[in-house]
Amino acid sequence: MKTNQTELLNEDLIQISFNDPIIEITDLSIAFGTQQVLKNLSLKLFNGENLVVLGKSGSGKSVLIKCIVGLLRAESGSIMVFNQDVMSINENELSEVRKGVGFLFQSGALYDSMTVKQNLEFPLIRLKKELNQKQRDEKIEEALENVGLKEALHKMPSQLSGGMRKRISLARTIIVDPKILLYDEPTTGLDPVTSDEISLLINEIQKKYKTSSIIITHDIECARATADRLIMLQNGQIYANGSIESYEKSTDSVIKSFFK
Amino acid sequence: MKIIPPVKKVKDIVIHQTIKLSEKTIAKTEIANNFLTEFADVILFISRMLKETFSRNFEVREFFHQCFLIGYKSLPLISVTGTIMGFVLTIQSRPVLVSFGAVTMLPGMVAVSLIREMGPVITALICSGKIASGMGAELGSMKVTEQIEAMEVSSTHPMRFLVVTRVLAATLMIPLLVLYADGLGIIGSWIGANLKGDVSFVLFFSQAFSHIDFIDFLPAVVKSFFFGAVIGLVGTYKGYNAGRGTESVGIAANSAVVMASLLVLIVDMIAVQITDMMIL
Repeated sequence: MKTNQTELLNEDLIQISFNDPIIEITDLSIAFGTQQVLKNLSLKLFNGENLVVLGKSGSGKSVLIKCIVGLLRAESGSIMVFNQDVMSINENELSEVRKGVGFLFQSGALYDSMTVKQNLEFPLIRLKKELNQKQRDEKIEEALENVGLKEALHKMPSQLSGGMRKRISLARTIIVDPKILLYDEPTTGLDPVTSDEISLLINEIQKKYKTSSIIITHDIECARATADRLIMLQNGQIYANGSIESYEKSTDSVIKSFFK
Repeated sequence: MKIIPPVKKVKDIVIHQTIKLSEKTIAKTEIANNFLTEFADVILFISRMLKETFSRNFEVREFFHQCFLIGYKSLPLISVTGTIMGFVLTIQSRPVLVSFGAVTMLPGMVAVSLIREMGPVITALICSGKIASGMGAELGSMKVTEQIEAMEVSSTHPMRFLVVTRVLAATLMIPLLVLYADGLGIIGSWIGANLKGDVSFVLFFSQAFSHIDFIDFLPAVVKSFFFGAVIGLVGTYKGYNAGRGTESVGIAANSAVVMASLLVLIVDMIAVQITDMMIL
């Protein structure tokens, strides 16, 4: 039964048409203690789309994408990813869903005790069991080439700069060919030049691998460079939803405070 | 002029005392709540660990890697500790035995002390400092830098990969380190005995082992397994449940050492009582 569901999931990925939502969140609510972080939030991510989620610190942006991959369990609502409700599936089914979702963490989250090669090999060994060592090496080389860091193969994460760590982390995220990419503050802590490079990289990856992405950020330049559509969160709810141009033209004081 | 303070009404005194009492009650309830929550967390952690231990997809490669780190990488420290342990015990015991005219008992006495008690306990305490703190700091920093979450997203069960492998490796490696420390302790004792006398290597060893029975070895080895499990569990629990800030890493490492050392001594006390009852 589980095997059939897995096969269905993979077929769904191929068959989803351009305008179908690949992620559909309905009435999502989550609280930590007495603090309500997300309140009845609903949104859709369409196939092939780059959706930027903008908001102040503490507005629930990171919580939102952690709920999508099941790292946090919401109190109510539903999160449909590849037509499976992440909130009600079991651990094995969640593991299957995660195979199609890449997550770039704010801190990069590279494994300190492993070299860059081992970091990239780690998800491959677990999620692409059918590959042999030669094929894995080829994938690693390709992923590093995509982020322009082929020479870092045998380095330890401690030997890399902040920007390089983000790039390697991005390479680790795309190496398993995910259909959805979730970026948690991809440009935080980086200088403007490196931030622009990361934004360009996000666009290149979307074009090359035809991925759909949710990009969590409060960096307006990153949002301008990457967004097909932009959602603004405030107090755990969607405050605005539209194209980057509509935000730029808005006279709303909250929106204007972001787009100075 | 003497100012006489107004006499407080009984009602005011009662209210004041009640407030003080309720503040104390709230504080004590909070302490009890925290203790019970921590206790429940520990039980949950152990039960999850046991469940994952017997699940499929055991992380064999990581387990051997941890065995290497815990066992092989601890050898230099345990070598020095074990040798000094035997050496010091001999130097300290020799004058007393000489005064009783029982210096020939020295090898046997040192061997029994080392194998029954000093070897396991001192090795476990040294390992608490090295291994439990290392696990606490490593897993704590992994948590702070989102590495554990990254592992989960890669469809790798962090409990299986990080906790089970470390606890099992510690459980298996500590007894081996204890036996190794015992052996070096006897060599250290022979060196100590030769500082003030002239005892041949073969004679010293044959005298030492003539006083040791299987019953001396068995409880020591069995309790070493428990020491290893305690060290692994405390180290991983403290690291896995570290807070979010970088300060939490230091707290996790520090509390792992303190708690592991304390629990090693408590386990030893229980083991000694059980052994004593069984021999009698």
